[in-house]
Amino acid sequence: MYRYFVSRLLMIIPTLFGVAVLTFVLLRLIPGDIVMLRYGTGALVSEDVLQAERARYGLDKPIYEQFISWLWGLVRGDLGVSMWTGKPVAYEVAIRLELTLQLAIMATLIAVALAIPLGTLAAVKQNTWVDYAVRVFSIAGLAMPSFWLGILMILFLLIFFRWSPPVVFTPLWQNPLANLTQLIWPALAVGYRYSAVSTRMMRSALLEVLREDYIRTARAKGLVEYLVIIRHGIRNALLPVVTVIGLEFAFLIGGLVVTEQVFNLNGLGKLIVDAISRRDYTMTQALIMLSAGVFVIVNFLLDICYMWLDPRIRYQ
Amino acid sequence: MQTDLFQERALRRVARRQNIVVRFIRRYPLGAMGATVLLIFAFAAVFADQLAPYDPVANNFAVMFRPPGPQYLLGTDNFGRDVLSRIIFGSRTALLVAFTSSFVGATLGALLGVVSAYFGGRVDDLIQRVTDIILAFPLIILALAMVAALGTGTLNVIIAITIPMIPRVSRVIRASALALREMPFVEAARAIGASDVRIIFQHLLPNVVAPYLVMLTAFLGQAILLEASLSFLGLGVAEPTPAWGLMLRGAATQFAERAPWLALAPGIAISLAVFAFNLLGDALRDALDPRLRV
Repeated sequence: MYRYFVSRLLMIIPTLFGVAVLTFVLLRLIPGDIVMLRYGTGALVSEDVLQAERARYGLDKPIYEQFISWLWGLVRGDLGVSMWTGKPVAYEVAIRLELTLQLAIMATLIAVALAIPLGTLAAVKQNTWVDYAVRVFSIAGLAMPSFWLGILMILFLLIFFRWSPPVVFTPLWQNPLANLTQLIWPALAVGYRYSAVSTRMMRSALLEVLREDYIRTARAKGLVEYLVIIRHGIRNALLPVVTVIGLEFAFLIGGLVVTEQVFNLNGLGKLIVDAISRRDYTMTQALIMLSAGVFVIVNFLLDICYMWLDPRIRYQ
Repeated sequence: MQTDLFQERALRRVARRQNIVVRFIRRYPLGAMGATVLLIFAFAAVFADQLAPYDPVANNFAVMFRPPGPQYLLGTDNFGRDVLSRIIFGSRTALLVAFTSSFVGATLGALLGVVSAYFGGRVDDLIQRVTDIILAFPLIILALAMVAALGTGTLNVIIAITIPMIPRVSRVIRASALALREMPFVEAARAIGASDVRIIFQHLLPNVVAPYLVMLTAFLGQAILLEASLSFLGLGVAEPTPAWGLMLRGAATQFAERAPWLALAPGIAISLAVFAFNLLGDALRDALDPRLRV
């Protein structure tokens, strides 16, 4: 196990390096010069100013040197300086991290809280109306874009409760109630969609487990049905569900990007959209690298989790 | 008597084969339902010019925010544009983006997967490492990065959605092709001196059609969602092109109280189209390749 852990950890490094190369190349593919694109051409800004700006972002150096210095910065945790605000990217990220992180955790909790009971219910009551209802609910979750769900929520809350999303974010430790009422709706919009695949997985995994011999044994020795389901069924069916929840983490990122826009939340998702619209290339580059990096690390942790949850799995 | 019976059976078999569509509908009613909905959307997309009651892009400030009624079936928006006409023309944009990107993405992915599996060794290693790296990006983040590099607009959105799809398809196709490579007919083809290109195009690609079609339909729904998300963020299809995601941007939330119909119609169109593609995709997967999980 220790060996697998180390080799899996070492595999991350070339992947992250590749991600860095791709991110860098992608944003240098832009036709023309980044500074020119941002400040407009010719007439408005003099050539001297453009040159000074280029020097400020290190764009006057050869491309490989730029890449090495960017990479070296990443290794040291220095993400560079935003072209728009002039502040370090790390600072811009730090002030928004709390909101997005809280939203992500809430959405994941909601997804798990929906998927496990609903999937179990559908499996236990297979081919009844309960099963069909759960399946329609989860298929609908896959089809509805989370931003539309968010818009519908705002519409509903506005018309029936005269509530509209507050403009300013209240941190959890300042006023927990205000914070939760603000974040519960976007978390639901993201979490519902996030739960859809896991609900389907929970159902099919549990159906498979319930056909096993040890379930029949448990029933035969007279164990109460709900204990059969919980102790022998759910426990064994949980593994693929955990995997799916991890794999669908990408959904979570996508959901956050659009949902923050709908609910007017100034988080990391809004930051990346704003950075792209404002042609803030240093910021865009750093954020894309950051999200891909997080995704790679989450997948790594998931693999480790998988191994820890199911000791039967042996890796070479 | 005996021959009659055989003849009858043979005839019945032929009839059964001809009615593959009827059989699909019987065995997969939900899939057939999805296909029907999609045909309606496709019909609307093709005949948008004839079907749409009004010009989808012409502003008419005399009729702003008309609620749904006999004259404007789904109401009008903040520029006085007919919502129904924009939904109809929007299906053209949505299906164009979805079909182009899924078709190109799945085809390139299939080709890459087969090539990777067939040659093995260094070629395979190289393709797989690059695939790993692209897969390290969440779908929407890579699409956003592509938009950041290319800019907005319909063609760029198609490219931004196509590129992230290629490695996802190639992974699945490669797995199928690895098994095919060991098949006797591939060895036979090689023995009679068939070239690599011939083996790939004549023997391998036709045999991965089932997973190819399943992946293609699965991505159609995702492509619609992705396009809608990008357009909603203002990083997709550009105004004034009618697109469902774009219709939900701005006006739909700004005037939520005054004109709730602006938020309803485009969202229903997106959900319905994705729902239909998912139903069809599930049925196709069950029919063609039940082991495949997409």
